[in-house]
Amino acid sequence: MNLNLFMQHFINALGLGSLYGLIAIGYTMVYGILRLINFAHGDIFMLGAYFVFFATIQYKLPWALGLAIAVVGATLCGLLVDRIAYRPLRDAPRISALISAIGVSFFIENISIVIFSGMPRPVVQPPSLMQAFSLGGVRLVPLALMVPAISFVLVAALLWMVYRTKPGLAMRSISYDIETTRLMGVSVDRIIALTFAIGSALAAVAGIMWALRYPRVEPLMGIMPGFKAFIAAVFGGIGSIPGAMLGGLSLGFVEIMSVAFFPNLSGFKDAFAFILLIAILLIKPTGLMGEKLEDKI
Amino acid sequence: MLEIKDLNVWYGGIHAVKDASMSIKRGEIVTLIGANGAGKSSTIRSIAGLVKGAKGAVTYTARDGERVSLLGRPPEVMVKLGISLSPEGRRILPQLTVEENLVLGAYSRSDGDGISRDMEYGYALFPRLKERRNQKGGTLSGGEQQMLAVARALMSHPDLLMLDEPSLGLAPILVSEVFEVIREINREGRTILLVEQNAFAALKIAHKAYVLEVGNITLEGTGADLLENPKVKEAYLGG
Repeated sequence: MNLNLFMQHFINALGLGSLYGLIAIGYTMVYGILRLINFAHGDIFMLGAYFVFFATIQYKLPWALGLAIAVVGATLCGLLVDRIAYRPLRDAPRISALISAIGVSFFIENISIVIFSGMPRPVVQPPSLMQAFSLGGVRLVPLALMVPAISFVLVAALLWMVYRTKPGLAMRSISYDIETTRLMGVSVDRIIALTFAIGSALAAVAGIMWALRYPRVEPLMGIMPGFKAFIAAVFGGIGSIPGAMLGGLSLGFVEIMSVAFFPNLSGFKDAFAFILLIAILLIKPTGLMGEKLEDKI
Repeated sequence: MLEIKDLNVWYGGIHAVKDASMSIKRGEIVTLIGANGAGKSSTIRSIAGLVKGAKGAVTYTARDGERVSLLGRPPEVMVKLGISLSPEGRRILPQLTVEENLVLGAYSRSDGDGISRDMEYGYALFPRLKERRNQKGGTLSGGEQQMLAVARALMSHPDLLMLDEPSLGLAPILVSEVFEVIREINREGRTILLVEQNAFAALKIAHKAYVLEVGNITLEGTGADLLENPKVKEAYLGG
């Protein structure tokens, strides 16, 4: 493999990995705060992709407006999931919320098949994003660079928010001790809603970029990226935002590079993610950057 | 300031507080003493809004004279009303720095100047916290964590400060240090409700005291009276 080809794979892996990372952040933040695996998260990702598809391709709205509609729409859906499926179960045993999460996920997937139809639909990529150019001998399209760039900017903004603002302080506090955080005057339900909103918005952005990369949308497109992003969150250390990004990038690189170097293993591409999961659970169950999270009373 | 009438609290199927009535006047230190499991924490936690399904009447008179019924309201509302609880076991957020813990205590406020004034006040009460302001809460000693818990509860600038077992697990020398500070906070005009197993230390500084036994208030009086009461002496002060 020559260097140029490797660089192409590298950029490709960076893009895929940062998309996994963006989705993983939603899992890791919700888990950090509620100890809940939000199975519906991958479906919010799918809704983001569909919303942008309908806005820009079906209704011919300008891209900027379509993006805004998709992000806001998916964020509202994420908030609705929390409000309807999780908030009433806040004091229930954790297994109830988990089952509710699985139910909500199936519900969104199936209602989407009913409404959007199960047929995959092609996404027309804006030509400006696909104009190939050459960078030091590496052939690239702007989209390939845009995906990781946008992802990193969003993660940086999120880290600033979590570590430098008051709602961020409340989020970190809730993840250690909900009751004490309430005693400090924090409206916990509001902070939890904010967490779902942020996670959903990031998933929607990832969904939009995913739809542009593999130019199509279909109702079950959120399942596999959702699983893999969840693995990325566990691999990076669940509860840790930098960990989620690191886990996503690791997964992206393992997937792309394994196929690049061992083309005859390409059929096992999806298996690598799960092998990585099993390996980390055996070697370091808290993940690369995770700390042991206390069970909450 | 706070009138509690026929308070009943159930805790995991146990009738933890039975028809308890108490009254707290503005500017007082009131203490609630009793053995482990007598219902002290349940009482104070229901005032703070942490217990669901408490029955009875808890009426709070805010500084502007408005009377508010407290039961059934969430903790964040209590904090806004001027009630603050430093919980049992200190519950410092171990991964946050001392300063972040204090900032969190002021979450309900947006008056930047007032917040920094109260932070300086907390540091003046407990100079050791100032030395350790950038240290994580989890690295503090038990005594320092208790100081941080009290300072943090003051950050919402409460009228009524409730302290749940501030002496728990502290060396005797620290107990008197913490109680001296409680007295100091009270002298500056804040009302204090103190729940304690350390009856001697609590009665010494209390204007008024209630004794709670298996959910019932069995005795009340001034702190000095109860210190002399033979029953109290036998049961709580070691004869």
